[in-house]
Amino acid sequence: MRLRFLLAGVAALGLAPMAAMADAHLTRGGSGHLNIIYWQAPSTLNPYLSGGTKEVESASLVLESMARFDDTGTMVPWLAAEIPTVENGGVSEDLTSITWTISDGILWSDGTPLTAADFVFTWEYCTHPEGGCAQASYFDGVTSVDAVDEQTVRVNFANPNPFPYTAFVGSESPVLQAAQFADCLGARAPECTDANFGPIGTGPFVVDEFRPNDVIELSANDNFRYPDRPYFATVTFKGGGDAAAAARSVLETGEFDYAWNLQIDPTILAEMESQGLGTVVTAFGTSVERLHMNQFNPDPALGDDRSTEAAGPHPFLTNPVIGQAMSMAIDRALLVEIGYGAGGQPTCNVLPAPPLYASTANDDCLVQDIEGANALLDEAGIVDSDGDGIREYEGTPLRVLYQTSTNAVRQDTQALVKQWWAEIGIDAELRNIDASVFFGGDPASPDTFQKFYADVEMYTNNFAGVDPQAYMANWACDEIPGPNTQWQGSNIQRYCDPEYDALIEEMAQTADLEERGRIARAQNDMLVQSYTIIPLIHRGGVSAHANSLGGVLMSDWDSELWNIMDWYRIPE
Amino acid sequence: MLTYTIRRLVLAIPTLLFISFIIFLIVKLSPSDPTAGLPLTIPPEVREQIRESLGVNDPVLLQYFKWLRLMVWDEPLHLLENWTGWNVAPDGPRIISYQTRSPVMDLIVQRMPQTLWVVGTSYIVGILIALPIGIISAYRQYSVFDQIGTFVSMLGFSVPTFFTGVLFIVIFAVNLGWFPSVYDTTHEVTDWDSFIVQLKQIIMPVMVLGLYNASQISRFMRASMLDNLNQDYVRTARAKGLSERAVVLVHVLRNSMIPVVTVIALNVPAVFGGAIITEQVFKVNGIGQLLIIAIQGGDVPVVQTVSVIFAVLIVLFNLIADVLYGILDPRIRYD
Repeated sequence: MRLRFLLAGVAALGLAPMAAMADAHLTRGGSGHLNIIYWQAPSTLNPYLSGGTKEVESASLVLESMARFDDTGTMVPWLAAEIPTVENGGVSEDLTSITWTISDGILWSDGTPLTAADFVFTWEYCTHPEGGCAQASYFDGVTSVDAVDEQTVRVNFANPNPFPYTAFVGSESPVLQAAQFADCLGARAPECTDANFGPIGTGPFVVDEFRPNDVIELSANDNFRYPDRPYFATVTFKGGGDAAAAARSVLETGEFDYAWNLQIDPTILAEMESQGLGTVVTAFGTSVERLHMNQFNPDPALGDDRSTEAAGPHPFLTNPVIGQAMSMAIDRALLVEIGYGAGGQPTCNVLPAPPLYASTANDDCLVQDIEGANALLDEAGIVDSDGDGIREYEGTPLRVLYQTSTNAVRQDTQALVKQWWAEIGIDAELRNIDASVFFGGDPASPDTFQKFYADVEMYTNNFAGVDPQAYMANWACDEIPGPNTQWQGSNIQRYCDPEYDALIEEMAQTADLEERGRIARAQNDMLVQSYTIIPLIHRGGVSAHANSLGGVLMSDWDSELWNIMDWYRIPE
Repeated sequence: MLTYTIRRLVLAIPTLLFISFIIFLIVKLSPSDPTAGLPLTIPPEVREQIRESLGVNDPVLLQYFKWLRLMVWDEPLHLLENWTGWNVAPDGPRIISYQTRSPVMDLIVQRMPQTLWVVGTSYIVGILIALPIGIISAYRQYSVFDQIGTFVSMLGFSVPTFFTGVLFIVIFAVNLGWFPSVYDTTHEVTDWDSFIVQLKQIIMPVMVLGLYNASQISRFMRASMLDNLNQDYVRTARAKGLSERAVVLVHVLRNSMIPVVTVIALNVPAVFGGAIITEQVFKVNGIGQLLIIAIQGGDVPVVQTVSVIFAVLIVLFNLIADVLYGILDPRIRYD
């Protein structure tokens, strides 16, 4: 198939007049065929029924939202004419509603106009109690969505919402066509296989064929609002295999133009890149690989009470001096070099981005200081009194059970950290758990990250979009998981500080962006300096594209393919 | 023979019910969660709603009987409608995959051709390679050919396909650039050129699997030939003055084929089952790949349905092998 397009392209180049030749690739369909490989194959094209990154990103070629985030994390109007703010009257003074205006002349790919009713329908679709909508959190606090007129949509909130850019913003909350999904509400959602596999969208491409967990064939949308775009006529979106094979198909064999999420050994990736066929690109969002230090006692002798309030505080990890020493002992730069390469940066913050929210108060941790850590513990009187090489705190030896999910990079990190902690007299027992169990959240399993039947655990978390309010509220006292909440809750390390809760409250009341930045930084510093959480690595997305593919602006704030309409084939 | 076949078929029903229930329990009671693969940004309340809408929280027995009813009645009717175009399929629920939220049977129907093409071809190729190697190796036992054949088949039998597959890709796709490393599942054969493209993309997975199959079958062939070559009737045939060709290819081969045919028939269900690893390595969207993705994603209905279909095929081909045995060897009678 690619050969045919290539030949057609060569023929076109040969026949076209000189003037047209220069820009032939920058017309709709002028760049020919694009091959994308995602080693995890999309299962559906309805992001409301899945929520997985692979589904959201593949659907972003077809479905669009009011506004999106560009590669710098800045919000840009997409279907909307402009970003509503308090200043331009789009956001009400009391912060309880936001009014979006749809740009003129936007058509669905079937030729019918996009109207406010489609947005109202999308809200109904996702908030239907029986639907199991994966993106329901985008509509949290939304009391209603009104169609003011054909082109105007108002989203009403129950409470003042200082950051109202959630519903219909970003790739995870796009608009569905009411006409297509009208019969698919609630429990009937899975019956609409044709609609879920081939949603009608406003985006640059339309679905020609969708094979679940395998491949998607797309072609340019004839009704797309920019007459010259997308530059590619057709797209093959292949899924399956593994990250190394995906990297190989772009960097070594050149069969594909773009490969996603290449978390493989950095030296292997660099070797592949040196073949000269493609380029590795990275984008950093908010993902941070971190250690959580259990503040409750996880002693197995406590049975079902362990890691809950009933177990009482942890015998030593509640002392910030110990946490600080454990943090100082870690060489983050080496962890990056061994496990992450271009896809990681050492960090000392749990909230590393966007720049407005990134604190600089904790940067000391970037340099490993084993001597300093030892001195700190000695000073605090936490010494090895029985000569077994392990320090004791109030009679309890500093032995920790350190768990994480099964993953080669994480096990390397564990081994290194264990060694560094041994150098400061702290013994770590390592444990890894299959990711589907660890992150599975089954309340009956003792091995989930929420149950945290260990002293230290490591994983990555992040938040979608650019606003950290909800994310930083994760560490509120009432978010601590326990049997009373079926082990649901996001305060994994069981941190509780009334001062921190006050900051959460303050954040919810503040609309001014600078002020929000100050509060978020203060929250970050409180968390990090409590040493209940030890940030290790700011992780970025790693992808690769062929050198002949132009226009890629990778973003970790939105779908990586957010600007695919601007991608083009660089003429040879 | 007919009564025997019918008796076996009837006996297969409780066996299959039992198998399906055991598979269901294993899959269901293993710690898997269809929402485990979702990003952590999706909050727990939403995950709970998703699980609720998938019916994961229903009692296990209820889930099993719901599945069983659909599996033995509704889904076969849908299949029938699919093949014949008759309007017989009932409206109402079907076995829905957790991951794709689409009917499981549609996924299987969509993937079966790729699996039959790739794995089926490799099986035939494997047999075609194995039989001559087995015959010659036995006839010229301990010759250089036999030694090489033994070495190659030991290699093919013991080196796993995830190794040979990647090795083939590195040699033939990366270094030599002869074949594509990714199987294009949308490719359609319409003319000679597209046939060549298909040949190029199918050749590596077929050779990887073919090597494995050939190793296995050639060993059986060789052993069976050796057994027969030393029999009295072979000496008799030679004494009658028959040519070596007639002795080996007519008398010995026919008798030696009996156990080999059984082995070949017993392995046919594996063709339908696809080759989990090889399909994953070459990105062939077959049944094996469907199964592994479903296992990773905690997609119980897919795992359950695919496994039970395998069980049906295995029971069926066991029966076919037994019947074939009777046909090939007139001394064996079941009645």
